[in-house]
Amino acid sequence: MFDACPDDKTDASLSTPPYGAPQTGIWQRDGRVKADGSDIQDWAALVAAVRDRQDRAAFAALFRHFAPRVKGFLMKSGADAALAEECAQDAMATVWQKAHLFDPARASVSTWVFTIARNRRIDVLRRTRRPEPEELPWGPEPEPDQATVLEVRQETERLGQALARLPDKQRALIERAYWGEVSHSEIAAETGLPLGTIKSRIRLALDRLRQELK
Amino acid sequence: MTIRHHLSEELLMAYAAGELPEAFALVVATHVSLCDECRAQAEAYEALGGAVVEEIAAEMDDAALEACLARLDGMPQMAPARPAPRRRGVLPGPLADYVGGGVEAVKWRPVGKGVRQAILPTDRGATARLLYIPAGVAVPDHGHRGLEMTLVLQGAFADETGRFGPGDVEIADGDLEHVPVAEAGQDCICLAATDAPLRFKGIVPRMAQPFMRI
Ligand SMILES: [Zn+2]
Repeated sequence: MFDACPDDKTDASLSTPPYGAPQTGIWQRDGRVKADGSDIQDWAALVAAVRDRQDRAAFAALFRHFAPRVKGFLMKSGADAALAEECAQDAMATVWQKAHLFDPARASVSTWVFTIARNRRIDVLRRTRRPEPEELPWGPEPEPDQATVLEVRQETERLGQALARLPDKQRALIERAYWGEVSHSEIAAETGLPLGTIKSRIRLALDRLRQELK
Repeated sequence: MTIRHHLSEELLMAYAAGELPEAFALVVATHVSLCDECRAQAEAYEALGGAVVEEIAAEMDDAALEACLARLDGMPQMAPARPAPRRRGVLPGPLADYVGGGVEAVKWRPVGKGVRQAILPTDRGATARLLYIPAGVAVPDHGHRGLEMTLVLQGAFADETGRFGPGDVEIADGDLEHVPVAEAGQDCICLAATDAPLRFKGIVPRMAQPFMRI
């Protein structure tokens, strides 16, 4: 997926990008399934229940899992707890309102929620606009191909496992690249490393992640 | 359209993370509208964002779920998506959105030798401009230091580093001294973004040090 050079872009792994992320948080840091053996939660099915039946129990399950993660993400990005809580509520309300726009054949629910939270951060914390690309000429199918949906889910799990297997320091670098308001220059100030070194360490961490995905 | 010069890994990751100043994000969104390879990469980095969000959670207020469910009562579902930006002639959707139409709607200003430019409204972290370069003409030196991204929309230009045709993006850092010349035959239209670290130093320090310059 994260091919380093454009020549590799014909790689099959890119033509079916692993749009995934661990959908449940059942993957521990060491990549093993939780001891209780709980099955992988099918978040996409819950989003479909919200879309089709305004299912509040399904929404509550999504809320319990994702709202704390959105809040955590915004706090890591520099929001205070009250603002992060409010943004997490907004993000989950967006999940309710835009459930019909979610396409489980293209992305996992955690990826979708991440983009909602990210856009909220750009609006609220940075007070700026995010230019979006043109839409692809197709939207979500009413009945998405189940094999593709399953594939997205499996890729999601693999990505979560690969991230969990990274050494702590490498994983932390990747995480901080997404937290945003904590800039690389702040990482530099903290660690005393030159910025160029941090940049190449992020690249190494991504290379390692690619290795783990193979 | 055969695209030979793509976005860098850093830019795609920073765009997916929501980290780029608006002007650079506009170049990325415009290129991604033209390039399925970079779109797949950007979506892969969004998937990684989804995996990162799974790793952190902050406790929500006890009443948060109740409050959110109460909010849903008056909330219309199936909220229509914001209409996706649509392509106008040589301007891909995101760019047409900023211009408010096609090339005919651009408010050009002459900058010498028949070259025209139009600054687009973005946040102050960086500047986006459209450039109109008559065939065969060299781009006047704009005395830039820092990161510069130039995306070709029509025609082509060449400089010391190569030839750039429609959809190609040149990524130049402060070290590159180049004199782009529009190819004979067709006038060249480009979208260029430059950061403005000196002008805005101290006012928006974080945006003045975008992630990928590091
Ligand atoms: Zn590309």
